[in-house]
Amino acid sequence: MTASRRIRVLVAKPGLDGHDRGAKVLARALRDAGMEVIYTGIRQSPEQVVNAVIQEDVDVLCLSSLSGAHDYLFPRIMELLKEKGAPDVLVLGGGIIPEEDIPALKEAGIAGIFGPGSFTSDIVKFIQENVRLRP
Amino acid sequence: MFDERALEELKEAAKRWEESIAPLVSKRPERKPAFLNTSGIPIQRVYLPCQVADLDYQRDLGFPGGYPFTRGVQPTMYRGQFWTMRQYAGFGTAEESNRRYRYLLEQGQTGLSVAFDLPTQIGYDSDHPSAFGEVGKVGVAIDTIQDMRILFDGIPLDKVSTSMTINAPAAILLAMYMAVAQEQGVKGEQLNGTIQNDILKEYTSRGTYIFPPEPSMRIVTDIFSFCSKEVPNWNTISISGYHMREAGCTAVQEVAFTLANGIAYVEAGLRAGLEVDQFGPRLAFFFCCHLDFFEEVAKFRAARRLWARIMRDRFKAKNPRSWMLRFHTQTAGCTLTAQQPKNNIVRVAYQAMAAVLGGTQSLHTNSMDEALALPTEEAVQIALRTQQLLAHEFGVADTVDPMGGSFYVESLTNEIEERAMDYIRRIDEMGGSPRAIEMGFIQKEIQEAAYSYQKEIESGERVVVGVNRFQTKEPPFKGILRVDPAVRQRQVERLELIRKKRDSQRVNRALEGLHRAARGTENILPHILEAVQAQATLGEICDVLRDVFGEYQASVSI
Repeated sequence: MTASRRIRVLVAKPGLDGHDRGAKVLARALRDAGMEVIYTGIRQSPEQVVNAVIQEDVDVLCLSSLSGAHDYLFPRIMELLKEKGAPDVLVLGGGIIPEEDIPALKEAGIAGIFGPGSFTSDIVKFIQENVRLRP
Repeated sequence: MFDERALEELKEAAKRWEESIAPLVSKRPERKPAFLNTSGIPIQRVYLPCQVADLDYQRDLGFPGGYPFTRGVQPTMYRGQFWTMRQYAGFGTAEESNRRYRYLLEQGQTGLSVAFDLPTQIGYDSDHPSAFGEVGKVGVAIDTIQDMRILFDGIPLDKVSTSMTINAPAAILLAMYMAVAQEQGVKGEQLNGTIQNDILKEYTSRGTYIFPPEPSMRIVTDIFSFCSKEVPNWNTISISGYHMREAGCTAVQEVAFTLANGIAYVEAGLRAGLEVDQFGPRLAFFFCCHLDFFEEVAKFRAARRLWARIMRDRFKAKNPRSWMLRFHTQTAGCTLTAQQPKNNIVRVAYQAMAAVLGGTQSLHTNSMDEALALPTEEAVQIALRTQQLLAHEFGVADTVDPMGGSFYVESLTNEIEERAMDYIRRIDEMGGSPRAIEMGFIQKEIQEAAYSYQKEIESGERVVVGVNRFQTKEPPFKGILRVDPAVRQRQVERLELIRKKRDSQRVNRALEGLHRAARGTENILPHILEAVQAQATLGEICDVLRDVFGEYQASVSI
């Protein structure tokens, strides 16, 4: 699909994990693919992430966690998005996420999980195919 | 080292050889138009004495255990004793981690290495709201001295050396360790081990900072000074390149940024009124061992030689122990794949061999399942066996620096040292590494390198077996280790009990004393020791320091 305007993405690091190599590489790749990208920096609480989604009015939220706290943080962020009236944001998750955790995360509304070894080009493509741009 | 005339003749012969093979090369071109290693150093077709013609053996290599330590820090290296086999471990509660340590020691591990969970590393108790979802996940949860007692239960602290990966709250965990040792009847001078305590790289790569750089550096120098008197054999810092490398920097950058941070710590110690030889011998280092085998071997040798030169010539250290770069190595976690995880066993084995050929003092070998989760007992056993095989079956530990004198390795060693020195000069011109970090220079260099690396993988230029070549359809990997979410509840209950039962007046007195010391110039360590013995929690102690020092706010740029 061709976007009528540039896709806006928030790349976020919820929780206490400070490993943001992946988040930063992805942020750059999305920008090189023509998207507008905001990176929150590390150590964001779920509330801070959701507030940023709303304030920045983004279409896509990319969450990255390598500490194993995704099982609590990602669903919590999905809850807050619903509560605060931003349920149609496309949410992706990445980091060290065991395969057996993926069904529960998808159940919580995360559209795609991209673990170690994922290509940024695949993530770009996934976003372009699944994003719903609001006018 | 070589005869002038013989070198001239060799150059001529080499030229003739190049000419003679030109037709063959154009008919059957080499695999790539140019061969570069991860640092961007061009790799020659073959290395000859001419490429290392200005090597002066005594000046540049010397003998093992002697300046400039290129060939190793001990005269007999692994002929005397093997490197310390030290698997980084910890998860869940202190009880579970203690069980894992005992298992590793039973399996022949020769040193301990403690992984703490993120709340502990960032100075929060397990019942803090920010700790939700993180308690016990990437390491053991430590809230009070009670957890530390359980962690080392049945482990004699005078017999084992312990490395603790702890940075912003390093002083607190060290104090807890000392207090537990004292309870075991072990004296300060009998304690051997390391605290990571390298705050500078937390701002560029690892992210477990609490306080701003300036007060953080003061805590570091308080630790230097306190340890030189109380625990003289303790390594007070482990200046770490590992995390910057994992964040994406090259081998050259790893040497440069690590030693630049080292320079900053030495300068901070001198500014705090210490003598260089008072703390120089207790500085230790921590490097990564990545994939490019010869580049890694050369990197370790170059780092040793460069640090020796810096300490002797720049800081005028007199004690040879201050010139020695002693280091721990961990194989590169970022090179492990979630695809075909068993391939990781092979990656780790070669990386471990490069670390040993590079003369490491201790080694952690990653487990095959670490791109998926924390290692299971079976996976960690294979990782430890990898080291034992290397020590006992391959003969690589039977002579010192077997790679020394290889034209290729010596040429790379020179090149890495020179390129790292260029970076250090640039960082010096900026005003040293704390300033370079503040300006975002180091972060930017790391990010650029990480991005190029990823692009090389995605373009297929860099092959990752199982990821962009030789992929297979695999069933999901079964049997990963899962941390019980009930860990948090258990920690919270333990905390409540301690808060109820302890002498709260004693806690308050200790915390007030710490507050006073932190506000002034008095060393904070004795007050921290008093606070942990009074059963103050890690979070309470960090809160006092947060109150005085404030918290660091990172500025983000992508």
